[in-house]
Amino acid sequence: MISVTEWRQRLESERAYDLVAEMLERIEKSRLNAYITLNRGALKLAEEYDKGKLEGRLAGIPIAVKDNISTNGIRTTCGSKMLEDYTPFFDAHVVERIKQEGGIIIGKTNMDEFAMGTTTETSYFGVVKNPHDEDRVAGGSSGGSGASVAAGETVLSLGSDTGGSIRCPASFCGVVGLKPTYGLVSRYGLIPYANSLEQIGPMASCIEDLALLLEVIAGRDERDSTNAGKSFTFVPEFKKFRIGVIREMSGNDDVMGKFEEAVEAVRSLGCEVKEVSMPSFKYALAAYYIIAMGEASSNLARYDGVRYGYSLPQLDSWTRYFSRVRAEGFGSEVKRRIMLGSYALSAGYYGKYYLKALKVRTLIKNGFQKALRDFDLLVSPTMPSLPFKIGELADPLTMYKMDVNTVPINLAGLPALSIPVGFVKDLPVGMQVIGDYFAENKILSFALELEKVYGV
Amino acid sequence: MITEKDVYKIATLAKVEIKPEEAENLRKEFQNILEYFNILDEVEENVEPTFQVLPLSNVFRDDVPKRCIPRDEALKNAKHVEKEYFKGPKVVE
Repeated sequence: MISVTEWRQRLESERAYDLVAEMLERIEKSRLNAYITLNRGALKLAEEYDKGKLEGRLAGIPIAVKDNISTNGIRTTCGSKMLEDYTPFFDAHVVERIKQEGGIIIGKTNMDEFAMGTTTETSYFGVVKNPHDEDRVAGGSSGGSGASVAAGETVLSLGSDTGGSIRCPASFCGVVGLKPTYGLVSRYGLIPYANSLEQIGPMASCIEDLALLLEVIAGRDERDSTNAGKSFTFVPEFKKFRIGVIREMSGNDDVMGKFEEAVEAVRSLGCEVKEVSMPSFKYALAAYYIIAMGEASSNLARYDGVRYGYSLPQLDSWTRYFSRVRAEGFGSEVKRRIMLGSYALSAGYYGKYYLKALKVRTLIKNGFQKALRDFDLLVSPTMPSLPFKIGELADPLTMYKMDVNTVPINLAGLPALSIPVGFVKDLPVGMQVIGDYFAENKILSFALELEKVYGV
Repeated sequence: MITEKDVYKIATLAKVEIKPEEAENLRKEFQNILEYFNILDEVEENVEPTFQVLPLSNVFRDDVPKRCIPRDEALKNAKHVEKEYFKGPKVVE
């Protein structure tokens, strides 16, 4: 891992061009498969930095961008055959911000197809391997963004989080990752999967860097109608916070051992720790998948094989053409979610599934709000297990169940972070820290103190 | 109970072509997943649904013309193009 401070120190004695060239070479030789496409323009930007032409808060710093975030002139595949040769002609808001601050986009990172997965095994471009054990997954769906930070194949990265897709790879790769409050970061240019749940967020090697990247990407953007119009500045303010440990979010023995040690570490910081129960969480996973699949079935209707994306050589009747383009262009997990989403929204089942799920969402939101009146922050293990072996989760439902600790946060739209709290069997374990709406400063202040206990 | 016939119906509804050899596997997966979703039958219904979490409604902006997509850029990613148009499949047969 390389922190921004370390990278800036290197820039004092070496040319950015040489450092970036060396990093690109390392990525090309890497077995991790963290990247789908490298940015050929990165070396030119590094040259500009060496000439003193690149300025800003991220000047000269390599940043990896998840491949569902639009980059002008750089292919953006979403990890899918459907968009294998799609090149956007505009930048996402977050990419504009990185460029304005002089950041060097080094490449586009590998991910589960359309961000639908927990392991990056659904990527059309192959699985991302875990830098701590190459027989294991790096987590998903932002697996490439997590692995690239952990392996020093970038300094910072951007992921997106619909049901845990930043926090899971952060936990599995031993890095920090934050899913911001819904609406803090503009989704303009993020290729949608489930709009009402997802946010773009930063991943990094330390809390200071995570906060820096969040400061750059947060803020007003009228092109996203759900943007809250708020900016973010990190002012570390550690207090002896009241911390709630969520009873319904747990993990297997490997994970719980480390998590309980982390809770002791939190106590050692002077925080008051108590258990809190949220009975409605029992329904969160089902509600999450119904809503996410419903939104996916509608969102992915744009891939019609006409304006962009995978197409067939012969134009046929609309229904046949459209159905076949989708059959050939999408992988099996994406098709499963489109089909189940259509079913859950169809006449006769809307009330049983979709509407019911939206009511559960209200219960989850109310549960969090009640708990956050008694506690400043809530904690849990990020993932219920250590990183899986590649191929271990063959059954879809078994895979969905691994998101049990992360999805309630997206249903409520709250911010949450994953921070490494040690290793079991040489594999990292992450702790999830959840705060109230727009309480990113509190979450990061707490995490910064906890990071000191563990050492960066 | 989800039958193979249901699977074909869902696939037609979702407009995703499926092959006969995929049907049985999909049936089992749909059955398992939908059975799991039935946990929601226990939930009491006396709350309002939450479609989105932010207390936002009708966000307005000024109606100012901005750069729009030039035609050649918009057509760049399409495979079937005729003159300056996208060419699509027949909608009415």
